[in-house]
Amino acid sequence: MRRLPQRGHPDSPLDFFPPITIRQGATAHHDNVEKKKKTTDMAELQDKISKSFPEATFENGEILLINIADAKLHDLIKTLRDEHGFDYLVTIVGMDWTDSLGCVYYLTSTATKQFVSVKTSTTDRDNPMLHSIADLYRIAGIFEREVYDFFGIVFIGNPDMRRLFLNIDWVGYPLRKDYDANPELNPVSVENERQSDVTNTWVELPDGKVEKKEVPVFSDDDFVVNIGPQHPATHGVLRFRTSIDSETIKKIDVYMGYIHRGVEKLCEDLTYMQTLHYMDRLDYFSAHNYHHGLCLCIEKAAGIEVPERARVIRVLMDELSRIASHCLFIGTFCMDLGATTMLFYTLRVREQILDIMEKTCGARMTFNYDCIGGVMADLHPDFVKDVKELLAVIPKNVKEYNKIFTGNVIAKNRMEGVGVLSREDAISYSITGASGRASGWACDVRKTHPYSGYDKLDFEQVVRTEGDSMARFKNRMDEILQSAHIIEQLIDNIPEGEWLAKVPKVLKLPVGHWFQVVEGCRGLFGVYIESDGGNKPYRLKLVTPSLTAAAVVDHITRGQKIADLITIGGSLDYIVPDMDR
Amino acid sequence: MPYEAWKDNEYIESLVKELQESGANVLVGSLDKLINWGRSNSIWPLTFATSCCGIEFVSLGAARFDMARFGWEVARSSPRQADFIMVAGTIVNRMAPVLRRLYDQLAEPKYVISCGSCAISGGPFRKSYHVARGIEDIVPVDVYVPGCPPRPEAMIYGIMQLSRKIKVERFFGGVNRQESRKKYLEEHPVENTGK
Amino acid sequence: MDNYTIDNFHTFSAWFDNLLNNCMPSWLATTVECVLVGVGLLLVYSVLALFYILYERKICAYFQCRLGPNRVGPWGLLQSVADMFKILIKELISLNHIDKFLFALAPYLVIIASMLAFAVLPWGNGLQIIDFNIGIFFLIACSSIGVLGILLAGWSSNNKFTLIGALRSGAQMVSYELSVGLSILTMVAFAGTMDVVKIVEAQADHWFIFSAHIPAVIAFIIYMIAGTAETNRGPFDLPEAESELTAGYHTEYSGIHFGFFYLAEYLNLFIVASVATLMFFGGWMPFRVAGWDGFNEIMGYIPSVVWFLLKAFVLSFVIIWFKWTYPRLRIDQLLALEWKYLLPINLFNLALMVVVIWQGWYFGTF
Repeated sequence: MRRLPQRGHPDSPLDFFPPITIRQGATAHHDNVEKKKKTTDMAELQDKISKSFPEATFENGEILLINIADAKLHDLIKTLRDEHGFDYLVTIVGMDWTDSLGCVYYLTSTATKQFVSVKTSTTDRDNPMLHSIADLYRIAGIFEREVYDFFGIVFIGNPDMRRLFLNIDWVGYPLRKDYDANPELNPVSVENERQSDVTNTWVELPDGKVEKKEVPVFSDDDFVVNIGPQHPATHGVLRFRTSIDSETIKKIDVYMGYIHRGVEKLCEDLTYMQTLHYMDRLDYFSAHNYHHGLCLCIEKAAGIEVPERARVIRVLMDELSRIASHCLFIGTFCMDLGATTMLFYTLRVREQILDIMEKTCGARMTFNYDCIGGVMADLHPDFVKDVKELLAVIPKNVKEYNKIFTGNVIAKNRMEGVGVLSREDAISYSITGASGRASGWACDVRKTHPYSGYDKLDFEQVVRTEGDSMARFKNRMDEILQSAHIIEQLIDNIPEGEWLAKVPKVLKLPVGHWFQVVEGCRGLFGVYIESDGGNKPYRLKLVTPSLTAAAVVDHITRGQKIADLITIGGSLDYIVPDMDR
Repeated sequence: MPYEAWKDNEYIESLVKELQESGANVLVGSLDKLINWGRSNSIWPLTFATSCCGIEFVSLGAARFDMARFGWEVARSSPRQADFIMVAGTIVNRMAPVLRRLYDQLAEPKYVISCGSCAISGGPFRKSYHVARGIEDIVPVDVYVPGCPPRPEAMIYGIMQLSRKIKVERFFGGVNRQESRKKYLEEHPVENTGK
Repeated sequence: MDNYTIDNFHTFSAWFDNLLNNCMPSWLATTVECVLVGVGLLLVYSVLALFYILYERKICAYFQCRLGPNRVGPWGLLQSVADMFKILIKELISLNHIDKFLFALAPYLVIIASMLAFAVLPWGNGLQIIDFNIGIFFLIACSSIGVLGILLAGWSSNNKFTLIGALRSGAQMVSYELSVGLSILTMVAFAGTMDVVKIVEAQADHWFIFSAHIPAVIAFIIYMIAGTAETNRGPFDLPEAESELTAGYHTEYSGIHFGFFYLAEYLNLFIVASVATLMFFGGWMPFRVAGWDGFNEIMGYIPSVVWFLLKAFVLSFVIIWFKWTYPRLRIDQLLALEWKYLLPINLFNLALMVVVIWQGWYFGTF
């Protein structure tokens, strides 16, 4: 049974967001109070930090930014985590400001939902080094590897400083502004990639010197099985080097980058309008949600007001794609477990949704529908009718799925107690989305940081506390119903009017940086834009939920069976292009 | 489907002409026909997908499009047992050796369908630092299916074109395709196959 | 011999034997008979395998709201024939660093194991290759050879996936062999003979599943579960678990070698179904009720071969149904199911059957 969140529980959504049925324009007062509270909170935090870290400088924006030198970085973040409750590391944005290299850390508190960002930099371009925070947040290790891969910044104290996405013999660091993109330097080769069996670690000695150390990944007597990159279980091209003891997994070394397409770099050469279409191709199931996120971020920066109709249409599309995505998840997950037939049942609903989308957006998968200032086109006249037909079949279908699969004793044995992720680990590994909520962490962005009118909608955040594969599976099943509930509230209340605001033909953002989070189908999707005042982003960083989901695989599969790797991988529901970007 | 409705008929006709020029024995010819009938009606795909196009390939197998009608649903996970690779999705630098390896592992007769704009030319990611600009440099391609991603109908059409192409092949004697592939492989060697 | 059905192969085979013996020496007659039987066996074997492949694909499509093969030949009937042509001329890849002899031997072992089992199956009234007094024992014995082939295939391929697949398969088949054996033993105890012909004859008036009621039903259920596991089919398809081990023990096999594994899998399905038919549903015996002579005669108009195949196909349908409904078990759960549940129930059931026989609580007479 699903555990309903109780009032008084720190994560209870009921305390923060009492259910409000839809009413338009009535929350202005509420918003003002919120804003005031936010600014006082930020001022308070600034006071406290400046007392203990007098050298820190502050930039007040939508999110408080703390500038700190590298030497004090670790202490500052430790203070933020331990004393101010910033226990969730959203992302580490690597930056190249041409004169210096650095990082922006985005932290959130799971209790107060407040954001704070920390910026640090180094001017040494030849041998940049920063201190690692991998011991504070477990996900930081992967984020830092990503920054190392793209910018060449070495993190002192990170236990694993290999490249994450690119081959070990890759020349240059691609996201640096002075990267030489000459294809002859890094040709497409058909030779097998070289791989190293050791991880690199830079350790700071007591006298301040930094020394490079090599630690073997596997010991000599490990039986290492290579699963992937072409393997039916990995949902795309992900590679696990798995050390096993008969059927039991001892350790997994995750290799990514087999579909790393350099979207972030590509976006730097495109205008804001043009960057949008890449969002379709990251997590191709959350195409609408990702578009939504990037549009919101750009609109926030440019100060564009989106018409009410477009806002509702966006929410409708988001929720429809969430249903489609979860349907496909259920299907492929069951197929991984051996129940192939389920895939065909769930794909029926997905096809129905794709039909609805196709009528309005004109495509089956890469819609490119949300655009800056609204949506591309108005809804198809049949939209309301089709959606109502869909809503009529969804409860029936969910019931059928439960009957066929969830109640099955084999399915229960395969999923219950497999891959248990505790709430602390879920936060430390930044596992968001339905997987995070299965571990008891109420992390739905639609509730924690509402956007596009989600705060006026009545829906529940599905939270379970078991943290196993079964909870992750059931959470998604329940979210289908919740999404259907959201659509139900909106489908008869789509406001009339414009669907696209007037947007300047050449869109230039002012100098500055913005961060926006939305709830994708698989969890938190964040966009960080830094602008130098031009019509192209100076840096566009995408925070995707799949990267963290893949990073946690090693942690929760240890001691489980090989077959459980499939269950766990399936239940975490990562999309490889989303992870590699 | 009527013959006129197909595209690229000229290509198939030129293949047939090339074969006829080399002449054919009656017995061998009819054996060839039988074998090609078997081959062209039984093309098993390799379970291979890197991104979006792979999901459309899943849809292709589902109830609405049902590739089982043509006998293509026996997707083999082991390249030794598959007949063709549907390169569905972007191939990046790091994946290129893996794709080539999979191709080398396929048993003859083997075919490649380049599916989607990414596999054909790099598509929207063409300018990226880590994307192969088309897979022709990695493996020889038999059929191109454009689209981003191609609709399942387009994929069906593509595989049917492959089937037509197989039908005019020659098992005994004439070897138009094998020759060109041998040449291709010589031009694109794998220098170092060791670990 | 009783004429239970209109076709009676006893007379035909006796006539044919006489014919041959009259016109040639007896050693030559035996040789000719052997060759004819061998050719017939191969033919039936391949046709049946092709039929089963199509059968499963069609059923699976039906479960999944699809159409299934329908383009090649009328209603897609020739689909598996096309597949066979393709697979026959597909390249046999030769690999480095493998045990070449064992690698080549393994598929033949697997296919011979399933072919040997055909020898004692009673296809119809008098239609069977050999009839000897330990027929059932022979059947179980030779169907166990298959596991050797699978182990060899996994070992000789020099591949980690195949090795894991083979070891899984070894553990699984050895365990479930026990349940298959015990559930058949239960029925053998009831029949009082291991002679296949006699077992069928004994079910003339009541099929065993009716006459031995509760213990027979329990034995039947256990046999179906264990039999499914024996054939490495879902939900027990761990040795070739597609999502875990790519293709399991036959990952490295291509062409006709893979074809042998593929065929053997379907033929084993048929063998399991036909042994169930034989032990529980009266083999080729028509549905007869003692005393209803008119009814029995009408049933007798349906040839015995049709009865046998029909029953086997229906039971195979059930096994295919398992596969397309249930998710796969994990290896420890699989072994726990056998050793913790099936085996004790089986032993208890055997004791129950003995009590039933001892007390005479069954229908029909022997």
